[in-house]
Amino acid sequence: MNKENGFGYIKRQSPIHALTGTTKLLMTFITSVAVMITYDTRFLFGVIILAGILFSVSKIQFSDIKAVIIFIAVIMIFNCIAIYLFSPEEGVRIYGTRHEILRISARYAITLEQLFYMLNVVLKYFSILPLALLFMTTTEPSEFASSLNRIGMSYKIAYSVALALRYIPDIQRDFHEIGQAQQARGIDMSKKVKLPQRMKNASAILLPLVFSSLSRIDVISNAMELRGFGKHKKRTWYRAKEFKGVDLAVIAICIGLFVVSLSLNYINGGRFYNPFV
Amino acid sequence: MIISRRDYLKFEILHFKWKASSLSTLEKLTIYMGVNMKKPVIVYKDYGFQYKEQGNPTLYNIDLTIYEGEKILIVGPSGSGKSTLGNCLNGLIPFSYKGEITGTLTMDGKEVKNESIFELSKIVGTVLQDPDGQFIGLTVGEDIAFSLENECMSTVEMHQFTQESAELVGINDHLDAPPHALSGGQKQRVSLAGVIVDKVKILLFDEPLANLDPYTGKRAISLIDKIQKDTNTTVIIIEHRLEDVLFREVDRIVLMSEGRIIADMEPNQLLCLNDLREQGIREPLYLSALKYAGVDLSPKKQPAYIDKLSITKEDKGKVKQWFLESAATHPKQEEKKLLEVKNLTFSYEKGKTVLEDVSFDVRKGELLAIVGTNGAGKSTLSKVICGFETADKGEVFFDGKNIEQDTITERAKHIGYVMQNPNQMISKTMIFDEVALGLQNSNLDEVKVRERVEETLKICGLYPFRNWPISALSFGQKKRVTIASILVLQPEIIILDEPTAGQDFRHYTEIMEFLEQLNKQRITVLMITHDMHLMLEYALRALVFSKKRLIADKSAAEILTDPRLTQQASLKETSLYSLAQVCNIEKGTEFVQRFIDYDREVRLSE
Repeated sequence: MNKENGFGYIKRQSPIHALTGTTKLLMTFITSVAVMITYDTRFLFGVIILAGILFSVSKIQFSDIKAVIIFIAVIMIFNCIAIYLFSPEEGVRIYGTRHEILRISARYAITLEQLFYMLNVVLKYFSILPLALLFMTTTEPSEFASSLNRIGMSYKIAYSVALALRYIPDIQRDFHEIGQAQQARGIDMSKKVKLPQRMKNASAILLPLVFSSLSRIDVISNAMELRGFGKHKKRTWYRAKEFKGVDLAVIAICIGLFVVSLSLNYINGGRFYNPFV
Repeated sequence: MIISRRDYLKFEILHFKWKASSLSTLEKLTIYMGVNMKKPVIVYKDYGFQYKEQGNPTLYNIDLTIYEGEKILIVGPSGSGKSTLGNCLNGLIPFSYKGEITGTLTMDGKEVKNESIFELSKIVGTVLQDPDGQFIGLTVGEDIAFSLENECMSTVEMHQFTQESAELVGINDHLDAPPHALSGGQKQRVSLAGVIVDKVKILLFDEPLANLDPYTGKRAISLIDKIQKDTNTTVIIIEHRLEDVLFREVDRIVLMSEGRIIADMEPNQLLCLNDLREQGIREPLYLSALKYAGVDLSPKKQPAYIDKLSITKEDKGKVKQWFLESAATHPKQEEKKLLEVKNLTFSYEKGKTVLEDVSFDVRKGELLAIVGTNGAGKSTLSKVICGFETADKGEVFFDGKNIEQDTITERAKHIGYVMQNPNQMISKTMIFDEVALGLQNSNLDEVKVRERVEETLKICGLYPFRNWPISALSFGQKKRVTIASILVLQPEIIILDEPTAGQDFRHYTEIMEFLEQLNKQRITVLMITHDMHLMLEYALRALVFSKKRLIADKSAAEILTDPRLTQQASLKETSLYSLAQVCNIEKGTEFVQRFIDYDREVRLSE
């Protein structure tokens, strides 16, 4: 994550960056729904490949998002282990056949069906994740607020979200500085002190942090009112981009994906694609 | 009819243009004044205000008329009601701060209490004190356009308006920059652009200089002056740094005290009187010098502006005489070195050094100022000394011992650090607990802790309040609590980051005299400051930083009379030096030093 703006935005010149924030938000949203309603492996693969292409177009490098991907991958590994531990026969139940590879104990066996089911779960996460990351890394935080507003969220709420993002780095800095000052008063938070004491000492940062944040809020809300925030029911956005043909095309494609996903449900006679019959 | 000097000047210009016409001077003047008759834009009539949560009114019987195109400076000590007076104009009262209003206030012909804060914001643009806190947008462009967005202006038009305002204040090269990439002065320019983009009639500045270094402050005052002339707006500046505001002309000064206006006159008139001093407002230093020398001041001599000051030959003689008569003080004898910094280099990120090859000594019992440009590395230096950050190269010695391996907490036993904002340090609700906090992890028993805390509270003049909640204290008192909470650890050196920022002269004096007292008890004091007066008056020596380097290590008087140095470090030459030049005193530095010594004696005897 980019420390500078507390958000993932990475400034590059690319066709993806040029899309309006609203388009990207809708793209992420519609595709996520499309992915969520089906477990069709072919479809999920398709979406992943599509996301891969979009990523290469966006000029966002793998190294930019490596940390997040690794983090999610670790979570997925735990997730799969948990699924297997709690319902080792889920795949068999879903697909109705049983191809056993290895028996471990009376309760646990490894079946092709179970592996296939878990593969689908993983695919699902990894087809939504790139799109969400793409949205976050190619949308300026300020455009983020205007896109939330465009898809119907009240601008006051949308702006608060953007402001919160704007203040994250400031509050981080405050936290760091207050911590240093407290340590300089003999309140040791280093590893030389035992954990319970360290937790208690860390609480000495909280009160000043709350107070300094409250006074920040006071100043900013006065400043906003003085400049007419909340006067009208609507507002315009300095960063708003005009919808272009590309934007409409992208949204159309996403709706297309959604329709495909729906019809797959119908063709497969359920949410799962079954290669075992 | 009163004709102001400014009007007369304007008239003279026109008169010159009209030379060819056959009208007489008087006729021309009548026509001119008919056209340019001052129109009142703000009228307070028997106005009063009381905050909902307070027992007494903050403003009483205010009668004040401000005319179109005027530039007014409002001064007064903290709590005199000067900010409240401003907040009544922009609608924060009663919109954000509730209370009871008496009397009337009309602006541009409209009764203010019947208007909404939004309507008012179209007439009055307010630039708040803290340029950081009021930065709303994520980039400069967005921040300037903020009010236009709220007005539902189309994006295309908005970009054009934003560009225009940005050009006016000279920030148009940074439209895409995020706030953290800007300096304090630049942020203030953005705030200013953000209000003039609305084409407001009145600009209100609430302590515009509070967070700026001296040079940037000077530029801000020139910019305000330029904007006013370019756009013909009415300007109201609320500020207690009088000398700095008077870098450019103002039409009137309104002096407030305890909720009332006690003077409302031309600067040249007001500065001849003693009212400012009596109200705890610091008059320009050169004026104090003139008064010490026994020079009679009159508005004719233009005492409000150092560059326009026209004193007689006789007056100059008096100043010279005073200079020769006041005795030079003897330098203190050298003490042992307590802190030594040797060839210190530091960077937060590789390749981007913040401090480069810094070396200096601090002797026991010194009171030292650290000054320089915003971002020159002053705060970083103190962080490295306290062990918050680790130096890339170089060493720090305390009492002859290298402290490289010591942790923050270990160093804190010898070197105390007080942050600029007391709210960032206070973590308990009661004063006693707050001061005792640092001792709780030491091995002292409870009785000893109590003894030491009480002793410290007595030194800091806080003993009577020991069982009070901290929330009941003023900002200055809170600052003292934070100093006490460091002193209780009995450090030998105490480093303070901007000890007097945002304080009026009375609180400033209180804090500084307290620090001087500590210093007399052989505690070494290092102060990071922007305040040139503070440095002149209290510090015997100062370290000047500019662009990562230590560029001077001299007495304050030597630094502030060296034009090359002041420019390099964004400082401001002291007006005393200019006065010395006016009076043909060659030894400017010595003159400044004499003044400081003399002034200190006067203050002590008061």
